[in-house]
Amino acid sequence: MSFPTIAHCIKSYTMIRYNYLCINEVDMINEVVSVKMPVKEKIRILKNHFEPENATGREARLSLVTGIHGDELDGQYVCYEVIRQIKAHPELLTGTVDVYPCINPLGMDMGARGIPMFDLDMNRVFPGDNNGAMAEYVAAEVVNDIIGSDLCIDVHSSNVYIKEAPQVRLNEDCADKLLPYAKIMNADFVWVYSSITVREATLAYSLNKLGVPTLVTEMGVGLRINNAYCRQLIDGIFNIMIELGIWQGERPAVKEPIMSTEGQVDFIHAEHAGLFVSALGEQMGHIKKGERIGDIISPVDGEILQEIISPADGIVFSLRENPVIYKGTLLARVYAVR
Amino acid sequence: MHKEVLFSVEGLYREDNEITGYRFGHGEKAACIIGAMRGNELQQLYICSQLIRTLKTLEEHGAISHNKEILVVPTVNMYGINVEKRFWPIDNVDINRCFPGDMNADSPKRIAKALFDSVQGYSYGIQFASFYMPGDFIPHVRMMETGFQSPSLANLFGLQYVVTRKPKPMDTVTLNYSWQMNGTNAFSIYTNATDTVDEKSARQAVSAVLRFLTRMGIVKYNNHSGYIASVIEEHELMPVKSDTAGFYKRLKEPGDPVYHGDVIAQVTDPYEGEIIKEIKSPTDGIIFFAHTAPMVMENAVIYKIIRRMHE
Repeated sequence: MSFPTIAHCIKSYTMIRYNYLCINEVDMINEVVSVKMPVKEKIRILKNHFEPENATGREARLSLVTGIHGDELDGQYVCYEVIRQIKAHPELLTGTVDVYPCINPLGMDMGARGIPMFDLDMNRVFPGDNNGAMAEYVAAEVVNDIIGSDLCIDVHSSNVYIKEAPQVRLNEDCADKLLPYAKIMNADFVWVYSSITVREATLAYSLNKLGVPTLVTEMGVGLRINNAYCRQLIDGIFNIMIELGIWQGERPAVKEPIMSTEGQVDFIHAEHAGLFVSALGEQMGHIKKGERIGDIISPVDGEILQEIISPADGIVFSLRENPVIYKGTLLARVYAVR
Repeated sequence: MHKEVLFSVEGLYREDNEITGYRFGHGEKAACIIGAMRGNELQQLYICSQLIRTLKTLEEHGAISHNKEILVVPTVNMYGINVEKRFWPIDNVDINRCFPGDMNADSPKRIAKALFDSVQGYSYGIQFASFYMPGDFIPHVRMMETGFQSPSLANLFGLQYVVTRKPKPMDTVTLNYSWQMNGTNAFSIYTNATDTVDEKSARQAVSAVLRFLTRMGIVKYNNHSGYIASVIEEHELMPVKSDTAGFYKRLKEPGDPVYHGDVIAQVTDPYEGEIIKEIKSPTDGIIFFAHTAPMVMENAVIYKIIRRMHE
């Protein structure tokens, strides 16, 4: 008779705790860090760890992270589907995949972007601090757990105000290292932006500095799941897994993204307070110079206050979702080839 | 006193969010004082209101120095205060993370830009600030180590402590940082309240500002000369964390001396009422920050102690 290992004990516990069915032996749900709440509740940051049956420890490792912002839900579906596909075909797994589905569980439960008690943006506290307050402590433990990965993908869904086309965002400091991965992520658009100091406190920036190449994906809108965008990203993730030697399945067809480095991004802001009504319907995408993106209307006097016109031939990859706007509100981002 | 609207954000159904400035004296831009940047900073707004009331009287008595101008901005976020939201309520954005601002961007960045255009160029910038965690500080002056900070000037407020800290990435988009990088000597004043009004520490803050303005030759005001401050670096403050969760009873107040091994807090089981943890001081020193909420979660910082300092 063999004694169970600690890992098996944790697995058994988590299966009971979360009512997971053990349909195969490839996955193991671990607690990365936990914090006791004042009244009989523990907040747990979980990860689902997958490795091939005869793992040697030398396999490539991908970390998939999401839920840093509690109002971003597409990543939830992405995690579900990536896990489902790995579980359905464990024989195709030849590397390690760690899925961190929710770094800010309290925010997600409440539909809040930040940590609810402090209204604190968790993506401004990385790399964290083991001696710091709760958010910094959690951030430090998450970073420690991810270190050692060959690649990390941090999945975001904009916020409740702006809708985004599937895109990969890179800080120009890391562009050389990350562009080869970004190009095969099945994104519509890869946006390389200039470095801003405040972004140094994000998970992606911190991990890139600590030697873990990390991509940020943005798509959809807060508090919603866009199935089509999710499926697009899932194909991109499996494509990357194949590239890293982690997955032996059939390579999905992926699109070649438009690169921001070949053109310029125009930001269109409101000149009036009012209601923004989009003229683009459900889908963003290609637009001609002079075409209408939408109107700012006044519901009080029945007037159009401003017609929003595309400044160039290009693609609309960001669009205001919440119609209530003030002067200065970002309405759209249009990428135009130079 | 001259009252003016520095910037206005047009509302959809609400009246415009007007940022009002109060100018005292004329001439050289001497000092600028900013109150509530966040909608829950009621103490900070209250301190500004008391300061404006006092400066009005001083001006009527000719106590503002010749060729010196003081600008006081009680709040930039009237919209947030009126709906009890900390951040700019339309897109839930922290205005104090939008500096130096941008007039071609969203309304919080426009507010930041308009405010910064109005408040830069002053010799001294003073902001009444708040901390994101629930807790009380010993009233103190805080400055970031940008290379332009001046602890000796901060000492002239006459508060007990001056705290310096290395800026984190998120600090680089605050008003204080932008002020310092643009030639203004910038100070943040922390009192021991945020979303409630604490009269005693508000009076202390008003006195500290008037003491500073007097010492810089900007106003003539006769008040107690205050303390010679101890200057401490934030990383020297020893954090004490709770290693469990429940009802929280703090046994020490900011300013209290503690000795190694003293019981400084108790955590009680929220259902059964038993004391489940007595938290002991890990060092001798003075309590600088103390958690205030009636409950505590695991790993929360409940105290910060100035080590090896005595009353």
